[in-house]
Amino acid sequence: MFTPTYVVQQIINGVNLGSMYALIAIGLTIVYGLLRLINFAHGDLMMLGAYLGLLLLSATFTPLLLTLLIPMLVIGFVGVLVERVAYRPLRGAPEVTMLITSLAVSSIIENTMVMSVTAQPRAFTLPPGVNQLHTVAGVSFSTLDVVTVALSVTLMTALTLYIRMSRTGIAMRAAAENLRAARLMGIDINRVVMVAFFLGSALAAVAGWLWAAKYSTVEPFMGFLPGLKAFVAAVIGGIGVIPGAMLGGYLLGFAEIFFVGFLPPAFSGYRDAFVFALLLIILLIRPNGILGTATDERA
Amino acid sequence: MLRIEGLTVAYGGIEAVRGVSLDVVEGELVTIVGNNGAGKTTTLMAISGVAPIRSGRIVINGEETTRLAPHAIVARGVAHCPEGRLVFGRLTVHENLRLGAYQRKDGASVRQDIDRVYALFPRLLERRTQLAGTLSGGEQQMLAIGRALMSRPRLLMLDEPSLGLAPLIVQRIFGVIRQLHAEGVTILLVEQNAHLALTVADRAYVLETGEVRLAGAAKELIDNPEVRKAYLSQ
Repeated sequence: MFTPTYVVQQIINGVNLGSMYALIAIGLTIVYGLLRLINFAHGDLMMLGAYLGLLLLSATFTPLLLTLLIPMLVIGFVGVLVERVAYRPLRGAPEVTMLITSLAVSSIIENTMVMSVTAQPRAFTLPPGVNQLHTVAGVSFSTLDVVTVALSVTLMTALTLYIRMSRTGIAMRAAAENLRAARLMGIDINRVVMVAFFLGSALAAVAGWLWAAKYSTVEPFMGFLPGLKAFVAAVIGGIGVIPGAMLGGYLLGFAEIFFVGFLPPAFSGYRDAFVFALLLIILLIRPNGILGTATDERA
Repeated sequence: MLRIEGLTVAYGGIEAVRGVSLDVVEGELVTIVGNNGAGKTTTLMAISGVAPIRSGRIVINGEETTRLAPHAIVARGVAHCPEGRLVFGRLTVHENLRLGAYQRKDGASVRQDIDRVYALFPRLLERRTQLAGTLSGGEQQMLAIGRALMSRPRLLMLDEPSLGLAPLIVQRIFGVIRQLHAEGVTILLVEQNAHLALTVADRAYVLETGEVRLAGAAKELIDNPEVRKAYLSQ
């Protein structure tokens, strides 16, 4: 029953879904690493990215590439704005306070969207050709699938290089490790946090665009579940560790697809339950996530 | 160089430093000695802008810096080598040094200075690609001092550089401190090991429960009966 073709097909699907989870998880993990903030509004930025993409797509004259690049840029700045307005005043506040605030931000964004564009799902229609299906040796995939994986891997490689090599990247890792020591080095924490929000939100916008393209629809609450699952991915990989978020994203994507693809159809409704069960099991074995280390004491 | 007037720092309702005044002249090595909890570390933290200052003034090179953000204080030439070293354990030795020069834009001379630090502490050169968290305590202290030097500070603040280190390593660290002083670096040194600190310093302040108890030339304080009794256990 599980022919090689079928298995390869599932792997392709897993990589696809995993790429999107990984893109969202990165933003969550960077911000958590710096501020210990679980940003529930992150999924909503993904949603905003999808809507902005749709808006640009419906203006037929916009080149396809720009319908992706503009949301990246704009949502990046929206992320920076959210941090400035909602999170910065809480710097140093207990984690619970920040968490509740991010829930509030999430709720505000979602409801603003409901009021302005209604909760009615809208079709996210791509120009002809993008969704074209290719079949190679019995395995089928669309041009969009190829774009999704290639784009995600490119962006993640670029981000990894940036974090590893650049001055700001090193500062970001240092600040995530010990905020006070980083300040003593002359690092302007607000600037580092701004860059983190910009990068994370821009990646979320890309994920939102790809997500909407894959499922051909947008609606104001579309960010909630992917955001939650990306958080699971970040925790599985080791929260605060960027490669962990990528690894966790792909693991989760694979797990979800394989669960649906290889178990009797009757189980497929339990897909999300399975995701969270996986989280529990991994955390039982490795409480700090796969690539995570014991949490440092923060000065 | 540095002048502090009536500095009071309070965490919640507890005053860790009360009305401390001190000054450091360019080229001097000044030490603050005192027991645990005397307010030595808090004083340095206040200078660096990371402690809640209630009142008083801090002036660096004629410019008031009391309310400035930490990065702005670093920009005015202050380097702080904190207590407990606080090297970044998940960064390499080399990255830690690069970070010490975070605010400098002159890439070529930063690389030169990194080489200078390696010359000062050859052990760090051997370990340059290693994660700082894998270094021994003594090596971490060398890295912390090297990192602080990377900003080319006009004022170098060292907090408990001897803490938890073997006597031989302490000697080497203090050898380097003497050398830096001889090269003309202005140093503010906080030490629990009063004897050691008073031997290398020009002048000293003795802090007790957040207040300056005594001040004067290090040579004189080392012979002061009160100091000998309380801090040199003689």
